[in-house]
Amino acid sequence: MGMQFGIFTVGDVTTDPTTGATPTEHERIKATVEIAKKAEEVGLDVFATGEHHNPPFIASNPTATLAYIGAQTENIILSTSTTLITTTDPVLIAEDYAKLQHLTDGRVDLMMGRGNTGPVYPWFGKDIRQGINLAIENYALLRQLWTETNVDWKGRFRTPLQGYTSTPRPLDGVAPFVWHGSIRSPEIAEQAAFYGDGFFHNHIFWPASHSEQMVRLYRQRFAHYGHGTEEQAIVGLGGQFFMRKNSQDAVNEFRPYFDNAPVYGHGPSLEDFTEATPLTVGSPQQVIERTLSFREYVGDYQRQLFLLDHAGLPLKTVLEQLDLYGEILPTLRSEFEKLRAPGVPDAPTHASLMQKAGGPKDTAVYGADDATGTTDRRLDDPDVTKALEGEL
Amino acid sequence: MGLNTLDHAKRIVVVSAGLSVPSSTRLLADMLAEASERAVEARGVEVEVQHVELRGLAHALTDNLLTGFPSQELAAAIDAVRHADGVIAVTPVFSASYSGLFKTFFDVLELGVLDAKPVLLGATAGTARHSLVIDHALRPLFAYLHAIVVPTGVFAATEDFAATGAGAGGDLHKRVERAAGEFAGLVAGATSVATAAAPRRLVEDEFEHPTDFADLLKRASDGPPEY
Repeated sequence: MGMQFGIFTVGDVTTDPTTGATPTEHERIKATVEIAKKAEEVGLDVFATGEHHNPPFIASNPTATLAYIGAQTENIILSTSTTLITTTDPVLIAEDYAKLQHLTDGRVDLMMGRGNTGPVYPWFGKDIRQGINLAIENYALLRQLWTETNVDWKGRFRTPLQGYTSTPRPLDGVAPFVWHGSIRSPEIAEQAAFYGDGFFHNHIFWPASHSEQMVRLYRQRFAHYGHGTEEQAIVGLGGQFFMRKNSQDAVNEFRPYFDNAPVYGHGPSLEDFTEATPLTVGSPQQVIERTLSFREYVGDYQRQLFLLDHAGLPLKTVLEQLDLYGEILPTLRSEFEKLRAPGVPDAPTHASLMQKAGGPKDTAVYGADDATGTTDRRLDDPDVTKALEGEL
Repeated sequence: MGLNTLDHAKRIVVVSAGLSVPSSTRLLADMLAEASERAVEARGVEVEVQHVELRGLAHALTDNLLTGFPSQELAAAIDAVRHADGVIAVTPVFSASYSGLFKTFFDVLELGVLDAKPVLLGATAGTARHSLVIDHALRPLFAYLHAIVVPTGVFAATEDFAATGAGAGGDLHKRVERAAGEFAGLVAGATSVATAAAPRRLVEDEFEHPTDFADLLKRASDGPPEY
């Protein structure tokens, strides 16, 4: 399929600086669903939502949102941006996303992130100073829960587990593909490389040199750990654009949103910031050219997500941006395909992971009969067959 | 002098936060820099001096606070400090302390950049009533940053710049020479005074020599249970 294109959101409730209007939580939640459906409609491959547990965000309980969207879409991959591996119990992540796999027939992957501010950690009994350690231990447990049954586990950050089996088991015995996201923590690039997982750089708000440095480290370590060549590592990038047919219209319309944006507002000028970071405000052609230039410093990569619904932009504008995204999508696909070196892999999907694993497997543990040690699913057992046929 | 002209030369970076042009802060910074250069060279060690004037970086510093990353020009200044063998830091006194501009520069430095780095402190003010500012405001800041601050800090009030004070044999001149001598001893010293404690590991170090994942995993679980 070549490169994947999509969008990601963090679910912020932000006042539109041009009108003073602030959406209600209900409006913002419904808007998120509209945006995801529109993303599928214009032909995008991925919709990812963030996770936050504090105002001004509506991004708590991401699996409910993704399952709801999954029920109203057919093809789009549902992902996260990011799943808070630091403060969320890995046992719950294992259960929730395996369930989501079943409900959406495997249209799920995840992006792990630490993505919390200091005050959030204590609400979940954690300490931000342990952020990296939490990300590392929790993820190690999560993987174990997806790949093994009857898990005995003891660690530093949660109560021990004995003989625990996370349910439901991952769909077809194949855990969702995992990306690890980090702006500037080399330890997370190392983690992604060690496991042969994907690495995603958010690539917004910060200079491209950050993305370049992190991706280079990830690729080197991916090869170091024997998962393939540096070119075969699985890389994703974020990005941010505002597009209008006429470049100057885009600048004029976006400027008040930029100037008042929660992240960079009241700081550098739009012009300085578009030069210093990958933000592109301009015509469709400008967005195409800038996006194609990303591969010059991260190499051929597998997934490009853009952040479109932020800074108080109204839903109508976001949907227009998605229409324009859809219009440049065929060009983006064909141009990236032309530039791509041979041998660069596609981003893993449920289908490709299942194929790699040698086909679907049922890894479920079915209730065993304490007396005989048999289960009613072991049809190769003559006693079970007899029981099912009513002979015993 | 360019940074790459002398690989073996010691590098001194002078950070000054004066606002007017020319400012008495820059004047004091120049005196400290020249005296330090002479004192290091007197020990038979070559030295390069680079100036970082914060006035020209004022907007970039505010932007860095808001966006979390430095502009190219500011990044170059931060890099210069990171690679310096010694730093001379001079601020005007504003409201009984260092100026906000001065503090902002040290606020955006990654923790660890000044670890075990020799630092010579200077301050200027309109009146001598602020003469303890180096001891009650600047020293605590640089103690927190784990710099090695030389015993003599140089405070100069306007009156110190009068010919009798700043000229050869004047009081200010004497203090400058003494401070520069102490600073030069640390900068030119063959061995670091602070090898006992390893400097903190910076992000750049981690990129250059990543910690093996096995060690990250071990470190993660190393410690008493936290649940």
